[in-house]
Amino acid sequence: VSGGEGARTGFGVSQPRREDRRFITGRGRFTDDLLLPGQTWAAFVRSPHAHARIQSIDIEAARAALGVIGVLTAADIEAAGLRPLPNGWDTRSIDGTPARIGVRSALATDTVRYVGEAVVAVIAETRAAARDALALVRVNYEPLPVVTTTAQAQTADAPALHPEAPDNVVFDWATGDRAATDAAFARAVHRVTLELDNSRLIPNALEPRAVNAVYDAGTREFTLHITTQNPHGKRGLISGVIGLAADTELRVLSGDVGGGFGSKAMLYPEEIVCLLAARQLGRPVKWTAERTESFHTDAHGRDHRTHVELALDADHRFLGLSIETTANLGAYASTFGTLVPTVMYALITPGQYDIPAAHARVTGVYTNTAPVDAYRGAGRPEACYLIERLVEHAARTLAVDPAVLRQRNFVRSFPHRSAFGLIYDTGDFPGLLDRALDRIDYANFPARRAESERRGRLRGIGFSCYIEIAGFGPSRLLGQLGAPSGVWESAEIRVNASGTVEVITGCHAHGQGHETTYAQVVCDRLGVPFEQVRVLHGDTGRGPAGSGTSGSRSSVGMSAVSLACDRIVEKARAIAANLLNEAPDLVAFANGRFSGVSGLTVEFGEVAAAAYAAQRFPTDMIEPGLHAVSFFDPQNFTYPAGCYVCEVEIDPDTGVSRIIDFVAVDDFGRLANPMIVHGQVQGGITQGIGQALLEGCVYAEDSGALLSASFQDYCLPRADDLPRYRIEFLQTPCPGNPLGMKGCGEAGAIGAPPAVINAITDALGVADIAMPATPERVWRALNTRQRTH
Amino acid sequence: MDNFDYHLATSVADAISLLQEVPESRLLAGGQSLLPLLRHNRARCTRLVDIAQLAELAGIQERANELVVGAGVTHAGLAASTLVRAASPALAALAGAVGDPHVRHLGTIGGAVAWNGAGADYPAALLGLATTVTTTLRVIPADVFIRADSMDDAAVNTVLERGEVITSIEFPPTLAAAYEKFPIPASRSALVGVLVARFSDHVRVSVTGAAARAFRLPDFEAALLRRFDASALGGLEVDSSGLLNDLHGGADYRAHLIGVLARRAVARCSL
Repeated sequence: VSGGEGARTGFGVSQPRREDRRFITGRGRFTDDLLLPGQTWAAFVRSPHAHARIQSIDIEAARAALGVIGVLTAADIEAAGLRPLPNGWDTRSIDGTPARIGVRSALATDTVRYVGEAVVAVIAETRAAARDALALVRVNYEPLPVVTTTAQAQTADAPALHPEAPDNVVFDWATGDRAATDAAFARAVHRVTLELDNSRLIPNALEPRAVNAVYDAGTREFTLHITTQNPHGKRGLISGVIGLAADTELRVLSGDVGGGFGSKAMLYPEEIVCLLAARQLGRPVKWTAERTESFHTDAHGRDHRTHVELALDADHRFLGLSIETTANLGAYASTFGTLVPTVMYALITPGQYDIPAAHARVTGVYTNTAPVDAYRGAGRPEACYLIERLVEHAARTLAVDPAVLRQRNFVRSFPHRSAFGLIYDTGDFPGLLDRALDRIDYANFPARRAESERRGRLRGIGFSCYIEIAGFGPSRLLGQLGAPSGVWESAEIRVNASGTVEVITGCHAHGQGHETTYAQVVCDRLGVPFEQVRVLHGDTGRGPAGSGTSGSRSSVGMSAVSLACDRIVEKARAIAANLLNEAPDLVAFANGRFSGVSGLTVEFGEVAAAAYAAQRFPTDMIEPGLHAVSFFDPQNFTYPAGCYVCEVEIDPDTGVSRIIDFVAVDDFGRLANPMIVHGQVQGGITQGIGQALLEGCVYAEDSGALLSASFQDYCLPRADDLPRYRIEFLQTPCPGNPLGMKGCGEAGAIGAPPAVINAITDALGVADIAMPATPERVWRALNTRQRTH
Repeated sequence: MDNFDYHLATSVADAISLLQEVPESRLLAGGQSLLPLLRHNRARCTRLVDIAQLAELAGIQERANELVVGAGVTHAGLAASTLVRAASPALAALAGAVGDPHVRHLGTIGGAVAWNGAGADYPAALLGLATTVTTTLRVIPADVFIRADSMDDAAVNTVLERGEVITSIEFPPTLAAAYEKFPIPASRSALVGVLVARFSDHVRVSVTGAAARAFRLPDFEAALLRRFDASALGGLEVDSSGLLNDLHGGADYRAHLIGVLARRAVARCSL
């Protein structure tokens, strides 16, 4: 079905984002913009210690301070009967035992386990009064030994963070076939080994975390205004912590959201504390993180240590893959903390390659650092980094062209069942690499390298052939992998009597442009003008349920919209048949117009009016109104894939790496809005380059202090750090959803880091370099190389 | 941020008397270093005396062959001055690369010189360009102005005394000068900055960012006085002891960069 009016604004068109007018004119409505009658403000006393016993807390002076109306500690949490923040995924160790989850109270009870952990909440009449009173709270700490790295966490003398996990091991998880993998290595002609770190990142959404909690003592209902990626998920998790009789006692509202990158998908202590304070005080309680708080307490990303081995036969065909990863979960298992480094990571480690046997073992450990959870890509960047660094290393070790080695081992027929049981549905991996090689002019790279050398510079080229799993569910499969509830998406479409259309979705937007792209789907399907379609989201009290916007799930929501449109068309067709005096199955719909065999036609808008007038069709056969709801549960993951090629030039005197060229060829299936997709790729690549070159999260090993807790010390990429990317799309439609989409949200952040690091290690002639590959690290790598050559 | 009084001084003399009325009072020029610290409670004061707008501190002139820059001149003003660009292109370029546009349009040379921050660019200019700092009490040669005897005490980094206000900075003529800065990626302040200046009778090489205070490199200067060419620095190594060793760079890396940047600065002087 293709709409007439919709053709210019419909699916596949680079429709300008209707959100942008308000964003670029400062008229967005973010959580901190909301000021409620009787508003109060919260501020948090946070632990200055990475690990300490709380000996005493004295809140009397703070309680007596001018403007302070409440001070909460763990005792209030306990007295209110609140439960700990939950682990959101049933991750099982190899022996079948559940992950060992340390108790995480919304305010620390007897022990603090990372710098920045909330200990006391002060609620006051003004933001300043709340903040000033923090200095009046006296907390006596008895410092304990600190562990910050995966390497330290499992040493014999490492301090235990949680009694539930005396060896700091949260889980010892594995997937794949150990025996088959061992057999593959036994018959291998070549074996290649690599030790790799995937560096820790701090998310830094533009808009910090913010909440405004309300309790209505009359109805005994909570309302939580919050900047979140997942309003319904938040409602479910919080209802459990507070112990609400019904989740409908909590309404979660989310207005404009200024970025998330995963960090606004999980549950945080401040949300619980503000709700409790609102109930205790009978007034709305607001909290917005300061940037320093964001650095310390937003869930961090990545932080893996991995030993990986690849088995190859005499023809350089991959036979087996064996992975041992230690994942730093931080001080507590955050909501998806055990999911991200297991299912989201290990299953996709074989990448674009046909590897018959594979085994991955992941050990999650506690350390005295901020909890680690989903960050743009969430596990899949770690997987891609691992396989793409490994394959590049194998090519260099075996002295074969890295492009040739990849071509020899690509998955070429679909559907393909991977060694970890995933079913790759479609793709064209050789096509992606060929296109990228052509665009980068790979054949002439040696000449470019020689030209750089003449100028005293070192030039390197690096590939990254990434693939990810995205577009979650399917619910049944995720349930088998540990999901506690279904993962699908829903959409409700209300066609009004005036012909306007309201689309209400369960998933929310934090930069994806749903108000534009979801309307484009409707324009396409119903043939109504773009201006007449309005997309509503971010309100559990109004919209149907949803599973949150993460993992390129906007495409799943769009499929739900598409299915709901189909239902609207079917009902409208029945009404139109009455208006045209035709049999419904003889009425065609195209270009926003129903037409019968007689040649008579009726516009979609007229049908909408007739649906509500309810005078021209038998209402005992057809209900009045034009309204549909659809739930879409994908039948498989989607598999966005691509090939990135990066060329760098290094100044050996200073170690400065400059990205000379960056080619991205992505296959996201069909594109809803190429301009928005282009923007997603640009942003993703930029974050990936940030990890590869600039963003260094550093904890002091002795004290556990976060040394990189400001933009003075933690370097986000800026425009002058970056080249102009050359982005192209190759489209193999996804068979798993009605729109043929695969999703594009994480791709850049997944594909870019190995491309950059492969280019740098190529230029330097070294096996590995830690991320971020700062000028100093590059300089040290050069020094080491010179000493060993 | 704690409460403080704010006074807009009407003259330098007025500023001094306002300053001396209460303890823990401070001068406010562009505020680009002080205000962030106050905002994060990492510095405290009871009174701020604003001297940013004082006419006495404004203006750039040429006097007896020297460039005289009023303490209230902003970095952007310095960078854009045709007088400065003609007399000392290196100084104009240095000022034009301080911080970001916001900092450059509010921050002043007097404020930056008085603050004497560890990764700041002006300390290299002070030492390398053989400047004098004129205050309400005296004229101080740059080598005296920056205290090298208090490296462990960040608060006592210049010889400025309480109630002493910088009024101007004087730059004598150079034959050639160049400033090479290697920025810390996050803050864009100098991990290492090296200024090389050639005068009629001597050469100066100054370094900022690498240590708690800016300093000169006498052996580099001597080598360049014998032969002003980058190759003259070939055999010279910088001792890394005493250099900063932190999150942003090891002492040995900073020592290495000093050599690289010095050679580049000399090469640019020679162009």
